[in-house]
Amino acid sequence: MEMTYIKAINSALMEEMRRDENVFMMGEDVGELGGAFKATEGLLEAFGEERVIDTPISEALIVGAGIGAAVLGMRPIVEMQFADFISCAFDQIVNMAATTRYRHGGRAECPLVVRAPSGAGIHGALFHSQNPEAWFTRVPGLKVVAPATVYDAKGLLKAAIRDNNPVIYFEHKRLYRSIKEDLPDADFTVPIGAAEIRKEGTDLSLITYGGTLGQSLDAAKIVEKEDGLAVEVLDLRTLLPLDRDAILATARKTGKVLVVHEDRLTGGIGGEVAAIISEHAFEFLDGPVRRLCALDTHVAFSPPLEEAILPNTNKIVDAIRSLAAY
Amino acid sequence: MAAGIEFTTALPDKEHSLNLLHQMIRVRRFEEKSAELYSAGKIRGFLHLYIGEEAVAVGAIAALDPDDAIVATYREHGHALVRGISANSIMAELYGKQEGCSHGRGGSMHLFDAATRFYGGNAIVGGGLPIAIGLALADKLQGRSRVTACFFGEGAVAEGEFHECMNLAALWKLPVLFCCENNLYAMGTALKRSESEVDLCLKASSYEIPAWPVDGMDVVACEDAAQKAVLAVRSGEGPFFLEFRTYRFRAHSMYDPQLYRTKEEVEEWKKRDPISTFEDRMHQRKILDDDELAGIEKQVGSEIAEAIEFAEAGTWEPIEALTRFVYSERPAQ
Repeated sequence: MEMTYIKAINSALMEEMRRDENVFMMGEDVGELGGAFKATEGLLEAFGEERVIDTPISEALIVGAGIGAAVLGMRPIVEMQFADFISCAFDQIVNMAATTRYRHGGRAECPLVVRAPSGAGIHGALFHSQNPEAWFTRVPGLKVVAPATVYDAKGLLKAAIRDNNPVIYFEHKRLYRSIKEDLPDADFTVPIGAAEIRKEGTDLSLITYGGTLGQSLDAAKIVEKEDGLAVEVLDLRTLLPLDRDAILATARKTGKVLVVHEDRLTGGIGGEVAAIISEHAFEFLDGPVRRLCALDTHVAFSPPLEEAILPNTNKIVDAIRSLAAY
Repeated sequence: MAAGIEFTTALPDKEHSLNLLHQMIRVRRFEEKSAELYSAGKIRGFLHLYIGEEAVAVGAIAALDPDDAIVATYREHGHALVRGISANSIMAELYGKQEGCSHGRGGSMHLFDAATRFYGGNAIVGGGLPIAIGLALADKLQGRSRVTACFFGEGAVAEGEFHECMNLAALWKLPVLFCCENNLYAMGTALKRSESEVDLCLKASSYEIPAWPVDGMDVVACEDAAQKAVLAVRSGEGPFFLEFRTYRFRAHSMYDPQLYRTKEEVEEWKKRDPISTFEDRMHQRKILDDDELAGIEKQVGSEIAEAIEFAEAGTWEPIEALTRFVYSERPAQ
């Protein structure tokens, strides 16, 4: 059935809540309003207010209450209305959820999903445009996923709900209604921790995830047509744990790697990917691992500035050409 | 709110009084021994002693059923002992041995035992409150008539999470007993130096939560207040807030010059020692004699000696296992 990215999220929630009565949703405006983006539309009607729960604007509490319920064997899905607001719940995620199991010597588990609508490109300005994934990818005990396709939006959310660990699910707002895909009717999941080759190539590897996959594939097509370059595009899909084997395999195959992400350059996932390659595939490299990311600033409201700050297809094309010529 | 509410001061019967006394002495002696072991280098890191505050945990937990849950702070050895986690596994945890109740991973501040529904000490001030809300929410959603008792210090009321939790617990009528242990100092900062409103019950009442101040140095009052509050919570009326006014006789942690309070103040409070005053009352009522007291001390002494032996004989977790417990070892559901 053909559906949008946001509909895929909605149908994953619907199916998992139907499959397992321990699954429930909590968040700001997830019930009556159906979510700020309508991701949870129809859930209240389908499952009632005991399983689709509207909360006050209290992010720390929403996550913390999710942890408490998870420790008792429920499988809460909590929504941060915008990923930008996840910072209000940072303590509960990083100090509490991530350490629940470790702190108690394996005697407690925290099967919690935190959904976080992230990303720029919708003129949301500084506090409705962030990509905060790298704040969490250095926290053992968490898993972090960032689907870039409609199929993955559904499959990774289902996998996250079934996982016994706290999973942060970054869904890109710009993709909500801008991409569509025909999805199988049968139940499926996408494994957490597995990257996926989106386009095979031999000249250069482009490693990306989330909001910049589409732009990267567009750029790869352009350079293939105009420059005859065969770019391999690897979609990370999961950011913690990273699929090191897939990263190293493509680096060894092409010898040149460009990492693209919408999050800022400094301290971003790209730095970790570059370090993994430099440590374990150095002798295969024919050039430096390069990164094309958002500039090290905040996402401005001004449309020309926002455009200048974020990666886009043209910038990726230029970066591919520059690295190919190295 | 029922400001100035009177709780019973009449001693319970002999058997129950002896039991309360026994529990308080267990906690006191366990803490004293822990301090010695700390000085001897057997216990490392941070150690927060409950000495002076025993009546609160002993009284409040006596009012709970075994099925009720507890969330505690980093000053939680006493709560864990009273709840029924064995002294052996608590002491082993303080040592960092894998026989400890948190496998040696958590230490003094993170005692945990699902079997006794003790959902953790917590070393982030206010960090346990949202989790208590979640435990209570799960009980409510799944139709269980259980109470979650959430202990926290008066310092936690300065955290935003406190206010988020007060609001939601009241709004959703969650079965939470908020047990604020007001020992007047958040580490070295006196309550009046950190709060514009020092009447903590007033804060809770502003969220429409019934709130009572309780003499936290009187185990009988603590138990009586907790019993009444638990009854209300269990009947589905929503949360309850008890402010136990108490005092810690020792430093915040092991080393602390205590320049933030006077020696005279400490001595004044020590006159209200929850154990010696309770003993005196029992003596007066002639329900405690010297032999019985000696018997309690002897029993407690051997329990703690055994716990130390157990902890000493405990083993360190092998280094090869250090990456365990980060992620679940169960397959996805």
